[in-house]
Amino acid sequence: MTFFETPSLRIERLTIRYGAGCPACMGGGILEKNRCAACDTVWSLKGVSLEVYPGEILGIVGESGSGKSTLLQSLYFERPISAGSAYIHEYRGGEADIFTADRQQQREIRNIHMAMVYQNPLMGLRMRFSSLGNIAEKLLAAGNRNTAFITERASELLGIMEVPVARMKESPRNFSGGMQQRVQIAKALANDPSILLLDEITTGLDMSVQARVLDLIRKIKYQNPNVSMLLVSHDLSVIRMLADRTIVMFDGQIVESGMTDQVLEDPQHHFTQQLVQSML
Amino acid sequence: MSILEISGLSKEFFIHRQQRRIVSCQSIGLRVGAGEFVGISGRSGAGKSTILKCIHRTYQPSAGRILYESEAFGQVDLAGISDRQMLYLRRNEIGYVSQFLNVMPRTSAKEHVASALLASCASERDASEKAREMLAYFRLPEHLWDIYPNTFSGGERLRLNLAHTMVKRARLLLLDEPTASLDAESKTLVRDILLKLKGSAAMIGIFHDLEFMADVCDRVYHLEEGIIA
Ligand SMILES: Nc1ncnc2c1ncn2[C@@H]1O[C@H](COP(=O)(O)OP(=O)(O)OP(=O)(O)O)[C@@H](O)[C@H]1O
Ligand SMILES: [Mg+2]
Ligand SMILES: [Zn+2]
Repeated sequence: MTFFETPSLRIERLTIRYGAGCPACMGGGILEKNRCAACDTVWSLKGVSLEVYPGEILGIVGESGSGKSTLLQSLYFERPISAGSAYIHEYRGGEADIFTADRQQQREIRNIHMAMVYQNPLMGLRMRFSSLGNIAEKLLAAGNRNTAFITERASELLGIMEVPVARMKESPRNFSGGMQQRVQIAKALANDPSILLLDEITTGLDMSVQARVLDLIRKIKYQNPNVSMLLVSHDLSVIRMLADRTIVMFDGQIVESGMTDQVLEDPQHHFTQQLVQSML
Repeated sequence: MSILEISGLSKEFFIHRQQRRIVSCQSIGLRVGAGEFVGISGRSGAGKSTILKCIHRTYQPSAGRILYESEAFGQVDLAGISDRQMLYLRRNEIGYVSQFLNVMPRTSAKEHVASALLASCASERDASEKAREMLAYFRLPEHLWDIYPNTFSGGERLRLNLAHTMVKRARLLLLDEPTASLDAESKTLVRDILLKLKGSAAMIGIFHDLEFMADVCDRVYHLEEGIIA
């Protein structure tokens, strides 16, 4: 029997460079860090291709500056790309490159098919609004106008994320860091996106608060078996706990990928070996 | 008929920082019949776990074939199949069981076992019901079901891990030192459980206690310095 699965997200040769490039670096020549010595072009991402499947958590690791956040931000249209394409199964059956979609369509993709959760809750939440208001914003953007539904959905999501529903009319400004993070995740889930982009969402939280957030991510995974997540983390124990497969980035490129336990226990690339060593 | 047939399996690690090659096992040939329980013995460092980890693909084999008769896919070479296909087999057919815990924080023993089913879309009630059955089957005392397993003894962890694996009816079990540092009483318990499992799953087990191994296994292999002696 052949094994065939349809990815929920497919990225092909995604590249972001700052500078014009030259024959030396365009042709895959040696870079110093991610800068071309000949022409000074910085390659934030260089030919990144990957697939993520329904229900899967894909871990993304790599040292600071390797391009992890850039990858998520470009998918979320927060950064212009230089080349490459990406396809989301839920958007036009995965037939249309999301980067060539017009602004209106990209807004729709951001509101309905994808959601980003940032390390800093200030990036994902409007502190002037209440938690309810934040979630309502997302639902309104997807065309929901029924206020009873909006309130009900917000309570449901805050309930799932273990945020006291009684406090949903309060600004998250008053909440602890862990609670703010849970509100941010609730907001991200509002429109049942098929792809969640998670950038260092537990970094800087206390251990016990971290554990709770991780546990909730796992709960989301089981309750929404079709959701795919791209999970960027410095913390290999977070990756080990949550990610099914993991990619390793170095100077804007994927240098290694595999099942998470294999990447961590049998790292092939010099850089992955260093990374795993430094975390032991 | 064999469920697993390994030939010419070698695994070496290359440590870049030291520019050093470590050979862990070499030219391994090994066969497991359907429903058979095969033992592997050998000194510490002989390469026993390496073999199990190659089958489980926690290690990427350097050479050789690991032909596995899969229920879903027919015959596949585990050394070469895709990560996604291997993940499917791990979820549904092949289990790696040791005394190490691999549980999420804030997860009770029962939830841990149920989570194996939730991953394949079972309802929460069904999963929980099945989990109770499994924990009882593997004789984990009921007062341990609702607590976090961090405090479990080695034998309790092993039985929890077995329950987690067998709730999905794994048909090939890789047992990495299931009896290490257990007292006589727990060993007897594990022995009974393994004998009870025989027939429902093929098993490969690593053992230091040769007497125990001879007692439970149908056939044994002995490893010396990465080679089957
Ligand atoms: N606007 C820009 N102009 C020039 N270079 C940039 C720009 N944005 C990012 N870079 C470079 O791209 C590279 C990738 O940065 P990125 O923030 O994606 O790294 P990261 O892997 O997320 O790092 P960290 O782990 O520190 O968050 C870095 O060398 C960075 O300096
Ligand atoms: Mg970053
Ligand atoms: Zn150049």
